[in-house]
Amino acid sequence: MTDPQTPFSKSEMMIVAAARELAGQHVCFVGVGLPNIAVNLAKRTVAPDLELVYEAGVFGARPARLPLSIGDPTIVTGATAVVSMLELFGYYLQRGLIDVGFLGAAQIDRFGNINTTVIGPYEHPKTRLPGSGGACEIAINARQVFVIMRQSKRSFVETIDFRTSPGNLGGAEQAERIRREGGWLGRGPTVVVTDLGIYHFDESGEMRLDSLHPGATVEQVRETIGWDVAIAPDLGATPPPTSAELSLIREDLDPGGVYTK
Amino acid sequence: MHDAVADLVRDGDCVAIEGFTHLISFAAGHEIIRQRKRDLTLARLTPDVIYDQMIAAGVARKLVFSWLGNPGVGGLGAIRRRIEGDIPGEPLEVEEYSHFGMVGRYTAGAMNLPFFPLRSYFETDLPVANPLIRPIRSPYGDETIYAVPPLRPDVTIVHAQRASAGGDTQVWGLLGCQKEAAFAADRLIVVVEELVDEAVIRADPNRTIIPGLIVDAVVVEPWGAHPSYVQGAYDRDNRFYLDWDPITRDEAATQAWLRDWVYDLDGRPAYIEKLGTKRVASLRPGLAPSGLVDYGAYG
Repeated sequence: MTDPQTPFSKSEMMIVAAARELAGQHVCFVGVGLPNIAVNLAKRTVAPDLELVYEAGVFGARPARLPLSIGDPTIVTGATAVVSMLELFGYYLQRGLIDVGFLGAAQIDRFGNINTTVIGPYEHPKTRLPGSGGACEIAINARQVFVIMRQSKRSFVETIDFRTSPGNLGGAEQAERIRREGGWLGRGPTVVVTDLGIYHFDESGEMRLDSLHPGATVEQVRETIGWDVAIAPDLGATPPPTSAELSLIREDLDPGGVYTK
Repeated sequence: MHDAVADLVRDGDCVAIEGFTHLISFAAGHEIIRQRKRDLTLARLTPDVIYDQMIAAGVARKLVFSWLGNPGVGGLGAIRRRIEGDIPGEPLEVEEYSHFGMVGRYTAGAMNLPFFPLRSYFETDLPVANPLIRPIRSPYGDETIYAVPPLRPDVTIVHAQRASAGGDTQVWGLLGCQKEAAFAADRLIVVVEELVDEAVIRADPNRTIIPGLIVDAVVVEPWGAHPSYVQGAYDRDNRFYLDWDPITRDEAATQAWLRDWVYDLDGRPAYIEKLGTKRVASLRPGLAPSGLVDYGAYG
């Protein structure tokens, strides 16, 4: 049950909302950072049968603690299978066995195209970011992609500086054609969860605010997005985190508050 | 370690110290720094703290990678400063792929193939940033996918749980691309926690990922992967990764760290002693032994 007396942070709301979106999903490719905690929360709540896949080469992880990195030894002990990265990316991801790929981003545009490479020009970057890692092939080969990130005018931008991972390209029509002709198995981004709300993608392939988190306002949403964002006419309200969800995050998953401050 | 690095790592080499968060030979990286190797091309999926330290020490002119960061913590300041041009005398050339691309490159190198084909890079800026990522038409249909070139390091260095004196090497836990990087290399150094009798290897041949056939040197270096980890032997020292963050943000602090923890020490035993027995002991995991399988005796 929801306990309205328990205060929660924006990050906690974001993690809880992302975890709930995983209800009904079966095989999830887990990324570093926020996706890691959201997926591990989903496994303990709405999706107990979720198979956790880590790019380091683990299928069916049963981490006993929140993995400190995506290669933590706790994802190995008790797992269904440990495989080489060649097998993980080849047999599991490229073969089409991943239902949801969970990504973060430094920049995202209205069509869900993602930049994690550079801010500024590539040759002389203002800020050098981590790069693709596995994100590029996850965006192409996972059946669908969930994105979790805090929103700001710097991160939700009209034009991303570098396209590391393809989303709905220039719109749904173009993306569907290219995905079909190119034999991509994935249908691209379907969900974006931020600290303010939950977005899905409309028929034109554009991000649309479908649910507003408690305490957030449409004005805040507009102020932190670099384009005129679409808002669902029947805009929903995200139910606040339950005390059970909060205690799982605070006591089990992130007792140090690394991700949830 | 001193002799293996002195004999097998040469200025100008392409060097791959692999290990995906697991089994990263920090000991070899530090020895390369101490021996002041120069103009290396450093290849690794995730440069991690070890390449941040090596690049800060000036051993490299080029970095080949797919994800640049301090995993689970933040950025790698020493590398970033050189890419962003903040250290004018030491520009760093970069050649960047995705994880699958890097794994494919080692695989093509290991299998003596001219390229590795993969379903990635479509509609991204990566092939623009790196023209070595090229589209390739299927000889059996209309499909166009992407290819990456083989990566054949002059030297690959991998850490592992155990090996025989002959170099037959066994690993458990995350395998990363240790095997592919090893077979791709011209010269191969294996660093292990423990040297075991050949009979131990032969009792469990499925666990052997590298045969002595391709190994040029076996170095026994307990704790040689700290602050990364060795499945079953010690945990990742997360405090180290967190502590590295403020150090790497500051060039002077980075150089001071290199002096205190690399140049002023003569090897891994001194490093572990400096780390302290209490710290080291806290990294020992509990027990979770595998079940035994029966290979059967035939003839």
